[in-house]
Amino acid sequence: MIIAKNALPGLLDKLIAEYEVYAPVKEGTYSLYKQICKGTEAYFGFLNSKIPPKGILFPQSEKLFSYSGAQMEECIDSKKKVVFGLRPCDAQSLLLLDSVFKNDKYEDPYYMNRRANTLLVGMACCYPAPTCFCTSMGGGPFDSKGLDVMLTDIGDEYLVEAVSEKGRELMAKMALSAAGDGQKAAAAKVRDAAVVTCEVKTDGLKNKLDANFYDSIWESFHEKCLGCGSCTYSCPTCHCFDIVDEARDCNGCRVRNWDSCMFPLFTLHGSGHNPRTTGKERMRQRVMHKFKYFVDNFNATACVGCGRCIKNCPVNLDIREILADIQGSEARSDK
Amino acid sequence: MQRNPYLPLPMKLVKNFTETEDKLIHTFTFQFMSEEDEKSFPYMPGQFAEICVFGKGEAPFGIASSPTEPGFLKFSVAKVGVVSNALHLMEEGTMVGVRGPLGNYYPVEQMKGKDIVIIGGGFAFTTLRSLINYMLMPDHRGDYGKITVIYGARNPGLLLYKDERDEWSRRSDIDLICTIDRPADGWTGKVGFIPAVTKEVAPSANNSVAIICGPPVMIKFTQPELEACGFKPDQMIMSLENRMKCGIGMCGRCNVGNKYVCKDGPVFTRAELNQLPNEY
Repeated sequence: MIIAKNALPGLLDKLIAEYEVYAPVKEGTYSLYKQICKGTEAYFGFLNSKIPPKGILFPQSEKLFSYSGAQMEECIDSKKKVVFGLRPCDAQSLLLLDSVFKNDKYEDPYYMNRRANTLLVGMACCYPAPTCFCTSMGGGPFDSKGLDVMLTDIGDEYLVEAVSEKGRELMAKMALSAAGDGQKAAAAKVRDAAVVTCEVKTDGLKNKLDANFYDSIWESFHEKCLGCGSCTYSCPTCHCFDIVDEARDCNGCRVRNWDSCMFPLFTLHGSGHNPRTTGKERMRQRVMHKFKYFVDNFNATACVGCGRCIKNCPVNLDIREILADIQGSEARSDK
Repeated sequence: MQRNPYLPLPMKLVKNFTETEDKLIHTFTFQFMSEEDEKSFPYMPGQFAEICVFGKGEAPFGIASSPTEPGFLKFSVAKVGVVSNALHLMEEGTMVGVRGPLGNYYPVEQMKGKDIVIIGGGFAFTTLRSLINYMLMPDHRGDYGKITVIYGARNPGLLLYKDERDEWSRRSDIDLICTIDRPADGWTGKVGFIPAVTKEVAPSANNSVAIICGPPVMIKFTQPELEACGFKPDQMIMSLENRMKCGIGMCGRCNVGNKYVCKDGPVFTRAELNQLPNEY
């Protein structure tokens, strides 16, 4: 199917009548996913958002329940949502978060409810950024996995393709015109031109990490790290959170906030003992979690190659270089 | 969808008991508000729960009561942070929230038919109390062989559960050895650190399981003594502690390697821990 670019705001307005619609919005020099009230607010001239859209399903700060003494009231959000203009890497990250928020024993009702009520309309990446390495992490600029609908920019129009059954139903409501052969060919041409140039070698990486926990290689990676947590806050797969009470006397609410393994307080015991005392242990945890522990538990790497941690790092730490160093090292398994 | 795992069960504090002489550990007894609530909380020795003080927050504690003691839950809590301080000051009759049961438990099924050696130090004795009471229950006692308990603290006033220890001492089907670090007036038990006492008691490893809970330094020096007695890594069971928030394997902070202490633990065998990095 096809939609003209100048018809997109109108289509978004139609969606807004029925759903909470989230789309990229220009904020100064960068773009962010926000809930929009008018179709014209959406901005698609972006490479990728500064912060991933994971916060739509897993908010940076969210109320779990409110209470007055032992009287509790859940705050489950079941509103129907559409995320419009999602990049393929971010769609892939949601598939990874799914396995976190629904494990073998428990299900997180807050995330899972939003997830079940959210449609994902993707926007293929015609111009991958120099920091992108999605193709090394099992994705690609035109990869549609995890999406419901996929849009491809072919100049004055978007080619619209349904990916899932839910996406097909959504498209049926949109009353789009069929795509002609020329338009399909234009999309294929755009797809061929979108090349991710950066490559991260992942073959054998897991084997190295299986054996190098006590390796001296971890002594240096963290040296320039400030421990600011930008990498984890801007990561679409990072899911660590804190739970705190915001209350006065016995009335208040329980809130969860994003947290970061890069912070020393993250693992500090009440006794004063801390299993991850220095930046070395915390950096190792971040890398191990993404490229080993997550693989052990879910058979997938908890990195989608979006490159945000590289772009947002104030001291230019680059996960690609860390992985390359690990690949180039001789792993020692002795303690 | 299953019950919201973040919502605590309302329970009533019926007893706030000062457990130790230094007053830093209190034992709290919480009562279930209905039979239905109690049914929704089926637990086993070794599991933990998040206790929520409304207005302050929640924190994880090992369950000190045993499922064989119906109607209530017991926790022995040291005064350390915001939640535990609020608990210590709490008046009986106050409502709290309890979220759980969380984590795995001592392998009471696999332990059947074996001699059991329990080694506890300081106030890490809470879930061991649960386990001992579970095994001493008339319905269960026959399932286990000889039960030996080695329990130590700095001084007599810091040993928990005095009434129960007195009762266990009188029983012939459990061998309780208590020890304190330095001699004290009126103390008739052993004097010495747990590793030394373990060496002296020299429990047989034959068809035995040892459960060890205590401060890291105690575990570090007790383990070699058990090994000297012939205990293999899969015969030594430990319970880990790490900072926790969610308790259900999602918030990401309590992992040791690829395992979450909250969901995959807190109970691990030494053999399992040998597979994990030494980061706890």
